[in-house]
Amino acid sequence: MLTDKDRIFTNLYGQGDWGLEGARRRGSWNGTKDLLDKGRDWLTNEVKASGLRGRGGAGFSTGLKWSFMPKVNDGRPHYLVVNADESEPGTCKDREILRHDPHHLIEGCLIAGRAMDAHTAYIYIRGEFMRERQHLEAAVQQAYDARLIGKNNIHGWDFDIVVHHGAGAYICGEETALLESLEGKKGQPRLKPPFPAGMGLYGSPTTVNNVESIAVVPEILRRGSGWFAGLGRENNTGTKLFCVSGHVNNPATFEEEMGTPFDVLIDKHCGGIRGGWDNLLAVIPGGSSVPCVPAERIKSAHMDFDGLREAGSSLGTAAVIVMDKSTDIIKAIWRISAFYKHESCGQCTPCREGTGWMMRVMERMVRGEAQKREIDMLFAVSKQVEGHTICALGDAAAWPIQGLIRNFRHVIEERIDAYTYKSTSDGAVPSVAAE
Amino acid sequence: MAQIKVDGELVEVPDHFTLLQAAEVAGVEIPRFCYHERLSVAGNCRMCLVEVKGGPPKPQASCAMGVRDLRPGPNGEPPEIFTNTPMVKKAREGVMEFLLINHPLDCPICDQGGECDLQDQAMAYGVDSSRFHENKRAVEDKYIGPLIKTIMTRCILCTRCVRFTTEVAGITEMGLLGRGEDAEITSYLERALTSELQGNVIDLCPVGALTSKPYAFQARPWELTKTESIDVMDAVGSAIRVDSRGKEVLRILPRLHEDVNEEWISDKTRFVWDGLRTQRLDRPYVRKGGRLQAASWGEAFAAVAAAVKKSEGTRIGAIAGDLAGIEEMYALKTLMASLGSANIDARPAGSALDPRAGRASYIFNPTIAGIEKADATLLIGTNPRREAAVLNARIRKAWRNGDVAIGVVGEAADLTYDYTHLGAGIDTLADLAAGRNDFAQVLKNANHPIVIVGEGAITGASGKDVLALAASLADGKDGWNGFAVLHNAAARVGALDIGFVPGRGGLDTAGMVEAAGAGKLDLLFLLGADEIDMSSLGNTTVVYIGTHGDAGAHRADIILPAAAYTEKSATYVNTEGRVQMANRAIFAPGDAREDWAILRALSGVLGHTLPFDSLQALRANLYGDFPHMAHVDGIAAGKAKDVTALARAVTPKKSYALVSPVSDFYLTNAIARASAVMAECSQLMAGMKQAAE
Repeated sequence: MLTDKDRIFTNLYGQGDWGLEGARRRGSWNGTKDLLDKGRDWLTNEVKASGLRGRGGAGFSTGLKWSFMPKVNDGRPHYLVVNADESEPGTCKDREILRHDPHHLIEGCLIAGRAMDAHTAYIYIRGEFMRERQHLEAAVQQAYDARLIGKNNIHGWDFDIVVHHGAGAYICGEETALLESLEGKKGQPRLKPPFPAGMGLYGSPTTVNNVESIAVVPEILRRGSGWFAGLGRENNTGTKLFCVSGHVNNPATFEEEMGTPFDVLIDKHCGGIRGGWDNLLAVIPGGSSVPCVPAERIKSAHMDFDGLREAGSSLGTAAVIVMDKSTDIIKAIWRISAFYKHESCGQCTPCREGTGWMMRVMERMVRGEAQKREIDMLFAVSKQVEGHTICALGDAAAWPIQGLIRNFRHVIEERIDAYTYKSTSDGAVPSVAAE
Repeated sequence: MAQIKVDGELVEVPDHFTLLQAAEVAGVEIPRFCYHERLSVAGNCRMCLVEVKGGPPKPQASCAMGVRDLRPGPNGEPPEIFTNTPMVKKAREGVMEFLLINHPLDCPICDQGGECDLQDQAMAYGVDSSRFHENKRAVEDKYIGPLIKTIMTRCILCTRCVRFTTEVAGITEMGLLGRGEDAEITSYLERALTSELQGNVIDLCPVGALTSKPYAFQARPWELTKTESIDVMDAVGSAIRVDSRGKEVLRILPRLHEDVNEEWISDKTRFVWDGLRTQRLDRPYVRKGGRLQAASWGEAFAAVAAAVKKSEGTRIGAIAGDLAGIEEMYALKTLMASLGSANIDARPAGSALDPRAGRASYIFNPTIAGIEKADATLLIGTNPRREAAVLNARIRKAWRNGDVAIGVVGEAADLTYDYTHLGAGIDTLADLAAGRNDFAQVLKNANHPIVIVGEGAITGASGKDVLALAASLADGKDGWNGFAVLHNAAARVGALDIGFVPGRGGLDTAGMVEAAGAGKLDLLFLLGADEIDMSSLGNTTVVYIGTHGDAGAHRADIILPAAAYTEKSATYVNTEGRVQMANRAIFAPGDAREDWAILRALSGVLGHTLPFDSLQALRANLYGDFPHMAHVDGIAAGKAKDVTALARAVTPKKSYALVSPVSDFYLTNAIARASAVMAECSQLMAGMKQAAE
């Protein structure tokens, strides 16, 4: 349970001033120069020691990622790219930071830039985020005006921040597609290797980090890595922004300690499940791309990377989508399939062809118009997509379906039975045919 | 070098190799669609997935993963990959299934049938039935020009065509629109492509999405007789394969030749074959009462004999055209000598090239492959894109690979790469030679400079001056000979090699035309020569030995129908000086005969029987006189001192622009001018030019 003093994002709901003055009152930009002066290795090691894992979904150690940047500069500039293309359905944490606490991010950029020897940061912001972009650009301007960043700033580390507006494609949230898009090309993921740390933006060493990963860094360094590592569970340290949507009484975005059990999380912040805990059907705990978890397994699950892996899912972006028993779970997953079919970039075969196929089979299964053996076929097809593509969108499209089949196979079978029961010897269903 | 184990077999490969290349070294074939060794790696078809030992638990794309990207085993063992494990098999079957679910499977009506990568690989790596019960996606066909037929539903989006046109052809007119399932390949606004190399996307397309429009529904690949031959549409001498059935050529495809055309050919080479059927001269004609009338061979020969009898050696001439083979020129030269005439020439345009100045003075000394070694390239009065499209692609390749400074003296055309336009005229060239130009320094500092002189630049009164200036610029270091003459006719270098130029006191082309106009020439043999001014030949009796009813045949008094390059075995020498052999794919139509045989028969009638009665005997004589002709595919290198001897300082009297003689890529010879496809392309290009202006 997180106490107020351990909170990093103290203006999450925009009650205070989001500008520089307000941010300074809340502690931002306090002693930044001292932190920078401790040097590149100290910064990286301190972030490593804090146990901070990337907040964009994959959960890779942030400090470790920074340490992949070349130690010796070979003449190419180093770049920090902040992924603010928050498009995962259910996720609404970065936008709160961009709107209400942009200086956390800007200060984080400066520190992260120092830690990876970068003098330029690009913030790639989602196309639909209009107000967020206005606030962020204004905040960046404030920082320039106060000589917190820019050439010859008071921190002694020349640093430029460029805010770039995307055009609203989900795939541009994938780090290499984001780099392509930033370079002005079509947003299609690149092949790895080479990894961005070796050859990223404009062929230079680049690190791509999530907004939240960067925004928490200044507080971690000010309070010490031990403080952050002391929160949460082992290997899953610190605090995290959770965005709970769906069938809870009060959907909300809030900061909470990692590893908090699901029921505590919901009861404390969201006023419980709509219609009581017995009405809970399933939860998608990490944004649309992770498998759903049925009620009985999620209730006491620890909400962190390892806890949710044990529950057969993943923390992802900590976008918790709660579904009560009024939900048509097949239709819900079909909708997610439709999303991934629409957002597939079309570059590589399994995802381009597989997402459409899976969506169409799901579409029939929503009506029950399928054979039971097609459930296994659908599972096999999703396995054929997973792990065979250039980027993780193929995996993201496959997992929700796999979660559905693993946990709610009986629902699909019942739907098929109901449909078949209504059918005539010709196979046609009167009620559907009449439509 | 790096070591890697492929399916248990240890191989050693260069560091930069990909897993796919390493597997090929180990003799393991990996299926692929999007990967092509001459294009950038896209890695999007996912057919080439392999299992990497100790790697991530998912298969890796072998076309994109380098050998050096793999980590060695815990005890330093070489990395290991597998291509025959259940994981790989499942991955291949999966990808194959995905490729086929939206593929129309209309193989029975698809022109790619029988030579389709998708078909072959579905047989080898696919499963036998489909689990897909939804509706298939359909994609609207696109118009991308008169040469390429599109059936876009068949497209598997490998993007080879996009990468080829962008990288090799240098046009950014093709691309992938939309995303996901709705992605489609199209040209910009569905306009015709403007590249001279666009036909190559037909070969590159692994499925039947892009096929040849003129060849549509003509034949199945297994019905065709394949003949390996040489192209004569330009002086590059691209290696081709002529596919024929019965008495018709049905298509022409490129053959691999790393040193000449790699695996590309120009559109003229590929699509000219319909010109081999139309406007053909298939029987002898003799002009009677002002009209050409069909005749027998005997009558035609008698008419020639009568004309020879009335004349004397000095009043007889012969001009060889752009497509003539060595054998017939050798026969004609021998015949002319026995008639006592020194009036022979094979330079209809009147270029300043002279075989007496040594072989180095008229060939492309650095060789076509050598273009990639150049660090500075100067183009003089030439537009290689129109004159030798495949060679232009090689210059573009060198330009893409690294730092090569390219300068142009001549017209400032779109050559598909960046260059410095130094000026248009001969005065610019004189400035360069005198060092009064920034680019002169670039050339001077270069280790491997190439100076490419077009045939257009060395014709006319100052042709010799241009040649001298160019030679003075071509000095390289360490024995590098950068002097390169870019010819635009397949016959030219061979003709110069065998000395088909005026002998002592003989007239050159211009001299012969002038003499004919003045009534000083009685008889003129045209060996496929259509490129001279026919209207000023006066009352001279013209004997045309050729294939098509073009300018020469219209003026002729006696027509002796001959064989085109697909209808005879003939030797050609390309602009590099490479001896090449064209082979007979079909027989010449009607009464037409091979050129050397016509000349041999004629010599008998004239009483000067040539000393050979078979092609073998002719070649034995030829090889005796010119030994280097016996080395097919070899280049007898020129001597660098010949180029040095050619060089001299020149102060041009008056300046004039150096222009390429080829203004229309599609209509450069009699065969192309007879082709309806080439005519359509030419019109289209003219329309585009007009629209652009």
